[in-house]
Amino acid sequence: MGVSRRISRRKFCSASAAAAVTALASPLPALAQSAARIVVIGGGFGGASCARALKQIDPKLQVTLVEPNRIFTACPFSNNVIAGLRSIEEQKFGYDKIAASGITVAALEATTINAAARTVGLADGTSLAYDRLVLSPGIELRFDALPGYDEAATAKMPHAWKAGEQTLLLRKQLEAMDDGGLVVIAAPANPFRCPPGPYERACLIAHYLKTKKPRSKLIILDAKDTFSKQRLFQNAWKELYPGMVEWISLSQGGKVNAVDPATNTLITDFGNHTAQVANVIPPQRAGRIAAIAGATDNTGWCAIDPVTFESRSAPNIHVIGDACLAGAMPKSAFSANAQAKTCANAIATLVAGRSPAAPKLINTCYSLAAPDYGISIAGVYHPKNGLLADVEGAGGVSPLEASRDFRAREADYAQSWFATITAEVFG
Amino acid sequence: MKALRAVIGLATVMASSLPVLAASDPPPGAASCSGCHSGGVTGSSVSRLNGRDAGEIAIALAGFRDGSLPATVMNRIAKGFSDDELRAIAAWLAAQK
Repeated sequence: MGVSRRISRRKFCSASAAAAVTALASPLPALAQSAARIVVIGGGFGGASCARALKQIDPKLQVTLVEPNRIFTACPFSNNVIAGLRSIEEQKFGYDKIAASGITVAALEATTINAAARTVGLADGTSLAYDRLVLSPGIELRFDALPGYDEAATAKMPHAWKAGEQTLLLRKQLEAMDDGGLVVIAAPANPFRCPPGPYERACLIAHYLKTKKPRSKLIILDAKDTFSKQRLFQNAWKELYPGMVEWISLSQGGKVNAVDPATNTLITDFGNHTAQVANVIPPQRAGRIAAIAGATDNTGWCAIDPVTFESRSAPNIHVIGDACLAGAMPKSAFSANAQAKTCANAIATLVAGRSPAAPKLINTCYSLAAPDYGISIAGVYHPKNGLLADVEGAGGVSPLEASRDFRAREADYAQSWFATITAEVFG
Repeated sequence: MKALRAVIGLATVMASSLPVLAASDPPPGAASCSGCHSGGVTGSSVSRLNGRDAGEIAIALAGFRDGSLPATVMNRIAKGFSDDELRAIAAWLAAQK
């Protein structure tokens, strides 16, 4: 350990990355030689939360956050941007406060991981040594899974499943569409980022259409027969957007087998749908660095220990957020944040030479069926048979019968959650 | 209340006898709360819990769990925890700044 650490420290010293220079320029505390080095890859809700939680739990830890983007664009509430209800600027967050809290922010892409030497290679050729590595890389869209849907096709048929330019492109297409046009959303099979997301998107696009283009129609072509908050969404479509939203399930022929971007056509076993606006949400897998680290299994996602979030296949590497297979826990920003804090506690406990106790985690996911109509799903999870399982008797969705005042309160709590979590992570 | 005080007492003893970071070790579930409840945030109507009276928090959680207090989502969450777990969460939140 002593030898390998010295070697990796020298590597770290030779790094020309601004981040590494910053870390070395500041006077090292007396115990720096023994302070554990934690590298976190990915500056979204999972990674940024984890870096902050680690530093908060034990200020002596040397925490480096590796994230090439200077600005993070949040996915939750990006459906509001698509529907013209919110500015993309309200989705953007920077890393200044994180850097000011004693975390080294390396604004570079992580390109290689040497699990044996415990080093992360960065895009500029430098490397970072770690005692524990946290991967929170989010998702990679699979451009090999749906014939016709490659990276070039996203310019015509936006996925808008990573917030930013794609969000704005889908917004522009909706604005340009004539009244009476057809919008099609292609929803993938499980597992994927944000299980209620496609259906919230259908609601908020319908809200826009109802207001501005009332003769238009929206079809969801689904690779599934059931989905998150299903009854609540279906009730909302009937109640708020009668005749406008149609959901075609897997067994009704909803699975999209191929797309043709040239004609904006989505092809299913039961026929073709040519859309004025086609939003294709393709199958996904863990962000690329997870596979490079050897942390993915044959599903393309990362199996983890439910107490520590340590990879089942890559020792000393922890995986949190959308990239991990967290059992019953859905791939949500709330989950990523809760997992990040649990993982940070486990890592701090492990590097202190103790064993972490079994945690419990919570998820709460809000969706908006309209700006003043919120619905939610919640769950409590604990380690069971090597997975994170639902605590029986807890969790579930909003009541099917509820007053509009109740729905309005949940819409308000949705906004509050976003304000709170982004302040905790980036503020 | 006696039991609650005992839990808080125990938590304090544990915190002081374990090394490094036990004082901030959250009991099961507690770390998740701040996703909504860190509070003091502009535009949030969800209450801040850090530093609130442990007894008050514990009574609210018990009320959400048994349905005697109205709730939108906290009823569904509180059902995932035992009496002891809810009291431990309340004590930990009360001790946070």
